[in-house]
Formats: sequence, structure tokens, C-alpha cells
Amino acid sequence: MMAGVVADLRHAIGDDGVHDRPGELSLYRKDASNMEGVAGVVCFPRDTEQVRRCVDVARRHQTPFTARGSGTGLAGGAIPLDEAIVISTSKMTSIESVDVATRRAWVQPGVLNLDLTRTVAPFGLHFAPDPSSQQVCTIGGNVANNAGGPHCLSEGVTSAHVLAIEAVLADASVVTLGGEDPEPAGYDLRGAFVGSEGMCGIATKICVRLTPDPPAVATALVDFADIRAGASTVSAIIAAGVVPAALEMMDRQCLVAVEAYVHAGLPVDAACALLVEVAGEEEAVRADMEVCRRVAGEHGCTTFRLAADDAERALLWKARKSAFGAVARIKPNYYLHDTVVPRRVLPDVLDQVYEIVARHDLQVLNVFHAGDGNLHPLLVYDRREPGVTERVAAAGREIVTASVAAGGVLSGEHGIGLEKRELMPLMFDGVSLAAQAALRSAFDPDGIANPFKVLPSASSCADVQALAEPPADAWI
Amino acid sequence: MDLTAFADEVAGTEPVTIAGMATRGGAVSGVRAVSAPSGIEWIEPDEMTLCCGAATPVAEIDATLAEHGQEIAVPPSGTIGGALAVGRSGIRRLGYGPVRDVLLQVRYVSAAGDVVTAGGPTVKNVTGFDLCRLLVGSQGTLGFFGDVIVRTRPRPAHEQWFHVAWPSVDPHDLLAALNRPVALLWDGTQCWALLAGQLADIERIAAGAGMSPVAERPSLEGRHRWSVAPSTLSALSGDFVAEIGVGVVHHREPAPVRVPDPGVVALTNRLKARFDPTGRLNPGIDVLHDGP
Repeated sequence: MMAGVVADLRHAIGDDGVHDRPGELSLYRKDASNMEGVAGVVCFPRDTEQVRRCVDVARRHQTPFTARGSGTGLAGGAIPLDEAIVISTSKMTSIESVDVATRRAWVQPGVLNLDLTRTVAPFGLHFAPDPSSQQVCTIGGNVANNAGGPHCLSEGVTSAHVLAIEAVLADASVVTLGGEDPEPAGYDLRGAFVGSEGMCGIATKICVRLTPDPPAVATALVDFADIRAGASTVSAIIAAGVVPAALEMMDRQCLVAVEAYVHAGLPVDAACALLVEVAGEEEAVRADMEVCRRVAGEHGCTTFRLAADDAERALLWKARKSAFGAVARIKPNYYLHDTVVPRRVLPDVLDQVYEIVARHDLQVLNVFHAGDGNLHPLLVYDRREPGVTERVAAAGREIVTASVAAGGVLSGEHGIGLEKRELMPLMFDGVSLAAQAALRSAFDPDGIANPFKVLPSASSCADVQALAEPPADAWI
Repeated sequence: MDLTAFADEVAGTEPVTIAGMATRGGAVSGVRAVSAPSGIEWIEPDEMTLCCGAATPVAEIDATLAEHGQEIAVPPSGTIGGALAVGRSGIRRLGYGPVRDVLLQVRYVSAAGDVVTAGGPTVKNVTGFDLCRLLVGSQGTLGFFGDVIVRTRPRPAHEQWFHVAWPSVDPHDLLAALNRPVALLWDGTQCWALLAGQLADIERIAAGAGMSPVAERPSLEGRHRWSVAPSTLSALSGDFVAEIGVGVVHHREPAPVRVPDPGVVALTNRLKARFDPTGRLNPGIDVLHDGP
């Protein structure tokens, strides 16, 4: 059957847009998670019409298709199952229009997150969602995963920055969801599509909101001798009425690893450090940073290092965003988790994370978006040690379970994908899962758009395998 | 909050409608009406979250949040459930975001009478499909809200309206000069801007834009509500007050008729068929054509 699909795809978008050599297909088996599937064929459409034709071939053959951006997802959302047709957006990289006056742009889905920000930077604007992978991840992927990033604390995640989506649905129809106007008629189909992990169709054009650059920014690195004191400072800053632009935390293990890697003068003797950034108008920044300094002092911070200039601020952010590179110096493999808990229970949940990890005889680094309670425990290990991958899996499941038990959720920004679909019942009962399935089925009655992701599935999907090799690149 | 009694009230096979404080058009007439539970269940100031029954008046929420130096980006009338079900944002949308981004979790009663949970209690969450966004603005046609967890925000230190005559130049130039006003209104000849934050910043920005403090903004009472692309606002005519940067227009004339895309109509019908197969929830409301 696949030969017929490939022939039809070639007829639909031309030979050069359709690749099916085994060596090429193997590149599309996986994303940045530690699982892999099997791609049947990979297509590289250049515009909406070509995407529509690819989906139409999938529809006629009732073959599943999986949209793919840069493959930086960490939950397996872009992994093709059952020889699915992979539809890559990597040739759809046009920024179609930028309206500086009303602060919005239309982009194709393959535009890289940071490329958009660089393009609009001369106008004093940026695209607010800034996942750590922003140099390589696509806007289409950001939409599929409702991506976050450090600066989503004050500006909101991707959904808050997407106004309209032109999408190809699984029946090969093209529809615009949402609109440039503020109150499009009917249901918020745009909002329902964002974060649907490729299961409601493929975004082919996206209208995004652009955010004015802040006139003033201040960044501080604050370190503590006690991790509970640092974690308590996070919710105390919010309770004091300050919503920082970003509020990140690194624990000692992370500080040590990163300092050895980037030499930013990090406090390697501290139990933890907070990276606090406030942004906005001049006086507001001064007043907010003063509150942060006072609150940190009340919680017994050791030092409060305010970046003196842009160079020092850039160095502090480089330290924060270099955690991944630093990890490789400790152990060759890692497993990154992503849960959210209420800020006030951060100290307790962090204690539990350390306890779980110690009990399973593993090592953990914590580097995360503390301001919105978004934990990213990073388990590092060497898979050559007998039994270690089982211990990593068991510890991970306990961490997720503990987060939900503490009033949290399964994922803050990575999504559910294949990784956590079986954990969905921790948060949702049967009727609530059925409502999500109903939403999906309204967009895709035949269930051919990226099937078997997100929702718990009784289907076999026997071709999902744990990776023998760690992914070559990933961002934390 | 126990939603069992509310779910039992909604359950059945006959048509049913939900009533709040009737500030946004009210319940469907001639149909058995139910009301959601009311009252604030909890408030967590350091999470910036609040949980309450859907029939809780927005005024009660505002008053409670004020004690904690916080507020909510929801227009100040009626019930929180009604505000979310209708989904119309208030005058501060430019600065504080649309109503749809306020909802973190909702437990609603489905057409089958089940209590369904959508979303989650934390300020950041991508667990599963975003049913919360689908439900905001769905006008009670997909389910009736029982209780909600909503996002709050810090109350600004100062808030002040400013005014300037702005007869000939594009109002977007003023938007650029003000950077991030909370609201910017334009009637074709004058602009009103709501600025919030530290007093020194507000006064400096307003002075830089040639604006003077003013006690009141123009009344928006008795006007029709249009929704247009912000890039088209400069071409408006007639008696209007436009929200620059947003695209809501408060106009003396009725809004132009909008013809929905056939694809949107098909999706809308499929959603309704799945969430309410017999059409018993708020019967007669056509979300594509009925504005409150």
C-alpha cells in the first residue's frame, strides 16, 4: 500500500518533495524524546495547497499523517507511528507579512521562533514565547505544543500570542480558525487547535501577536544556602504583587555543572540560585527589583547579584540556557521531566524529587521555570549500567505522580505526546477524557491526523520503542 | 465544591437553559432554567488563582481580590460564569489580555448530566487538549459551567485616563508612543488612553505623548459592538469609539453582517453534535450569528 501512497504523493507535489529512501526515513523516526517510531514516507510541501494535496492523499488511502517542524519536541508528539506519512514544514519558512502598527505578523509554520524575533527586532518588537529551543524550533511546532519558555511567566504561553490559524484539516479542507479581529463569531476554534499536538490538522499559516520590547530590563542572580528558602522566595515575590518577566531556578548540582561549562561566576557553593528578571517601564523595573531584593533578603539570600550591564545579563542567561550542554559532562544520558505544581508547594515537591531520585540511586539536576511552578527535573544516567533505564522510568513516574498529588498537572510546556498519554487518567476521569476525544473527533472524524497521541490508547502501537541511543540534540 | 446537585438539575432529556444575573442577554426563554452554584471556594493570592462557583458575581470576586491587592481581567458585571460563557473582553483587553486567557480550569455539566473537568488548577498547563479555550465564548451550548479556577493579576499601583485631541494622524502612532497602554480609545478626532503602573512612568509617558489627565473616558453605553481587524480601524467612519490595537468598535450603527467560512460552520456543527447531540443545552442559540 505504501508504494501507492508514495506514487500519489509524488503526483501531488512532485518528486523532489517526496522522500522514501530508508536512510532518509530513519531521520524522521524520532524527535528529541527517547522514543522512536517508523516513517512510511516524508513530504516537504512548500505552501498551503501542497499540504492540502499531501493530506488529501492520506485521506484517500486512510493512512495516518504526522506533521513535523524541527523535531525538538520532548514528548514524542512528532514521532510517526505505523508508517505514517510525515509532513515536514521545513520548506515553509516565509514570514508573509509584518504589521508594525498593529503588532502582528503572518508566518508559515516552518519559520523558526528566533528568526521571527530577529526579523521584527528592528521595529522594537519580539515574539514572546521563548522556549529554550528557540534557535531551532518552529512557530508551527510552538502552536502544536502551546509552547512556553522563561518569559511566558509575564507574557503568557503561545496560545496568548496566536490570533488566527489557517489549517488543513484531516478531510483536506482548508479553514481559517480565529481571525485578526478580536471576537470572531462562534467557538474559539483557534484556541482549541493550539496545543492539539498535530491531532486536529496542520497549521499552514499563523497570525501571531508581536510584543513591544521593554524599555527597561533588570536581571539578578540570587543565591541561597537552603533550597527551601530559595523555593519559598518564588511564591513570596508573586505574593508581594510582582510578576517578574522571568523567574528561573537552578539547584547546586546544576550550578556546578553549568559553571564548569560556561564560567559565568555562578555561586557553586549555594544550595540554589534564582535568576530574576523584571522588565517594563523604568520606574516600574526599579520598584519591582527593589521588592525582589527585599523579599529575597527576608528569606535569607546569601548574595543578590544585579547584572551591571547587557553583557552580564547575557552571561547569566547563557548560564541558564546552557544547562543541556553542561549535563553531558556528568553522564552520557538524561531524561527530562516537565510538570507544574502550585508555587507554594515547590519546596515540598523539590524535597520529594530529591527523595525519589536518591531512593532509585540516581542523580538529578533541577533547572526550571520556578515562577510558574514549572519543574524540569533532569535525571542523568549512563544507560550502560545494568537496570538503570528501568530505575529512571520508575523515578520519573513517581515524580509525575507526586506533582499531580500536590495539586499539579502532567505537563507545563512539553505536551503529552506518546510520553505521558497513559498518565492522563491521573488528572482526568473517563467522561473528561471522552470530552477531549470528542473535540479531536470533531476536527478529525476519521482519526488520521497524528493518531494515538495525547489520549490513553488501547491500540497496540507496538512500533514505539525506547531509543537505544540518546537524541543528538535537545533543549531544556 | 460539590457539583452533584447541579449536575442532577441539568440532567434529563428535555431542553434546559442556564440563568445567571441576566446582564448579558439572560437565559433562553420558555425553557426550564437552572443556576450554577455561587460563592468563592478559595483564593490563593501567591498562586494568583481563585476558585468559585460559576454563578458568583464578578463584583463579589472583585471585592474579595481587592483585599489582596489583586484583580481579574473580566468585565465587571453579572456572574463569572456568564462572563466566561459569553467571552466578551472588557475595555482593558489591550493591556491585560482577553477574557479567554483567564480560565485555568472549569468543571462543567455536560448534556448527558456528567461533571466534566477541563484544564487544570495551575497557571501553566498543556495537559491534553485545551477545552477551556473552546468553552469560553461557547454561550452554554456545549456544557454549563459549575465551578471555575481563574487567573488573577496584581492590581497596578496607579491607573489614570489621559486625553488628547488626535484629529488627523493615525492613532497607531500614539499606540507606539505609549508603548503598552492598558487601553487606547479613538473616536476619529480624540484619543483616550488608560495608563497603569508607577506614577512617575505614567506621567512621563503621557507627557511625552502630549496627553493630559482626564476624569472619564467616553461612555460606551447604547452602542453596537463590532469586531474588526485593528488594521482597518483608521478607515472607520460615523459615530464610533474604537479600541486601538484590539479591534473592538463601539458604534452607533449595527455591526456589519458577518458570513462565516463554510469550514468554520462545519466544524461548529460537528462540535455541537458531539457535545450536545440532541441540542438540549441553551436551545436556539446559534453561536455563529447570535451575539449577546
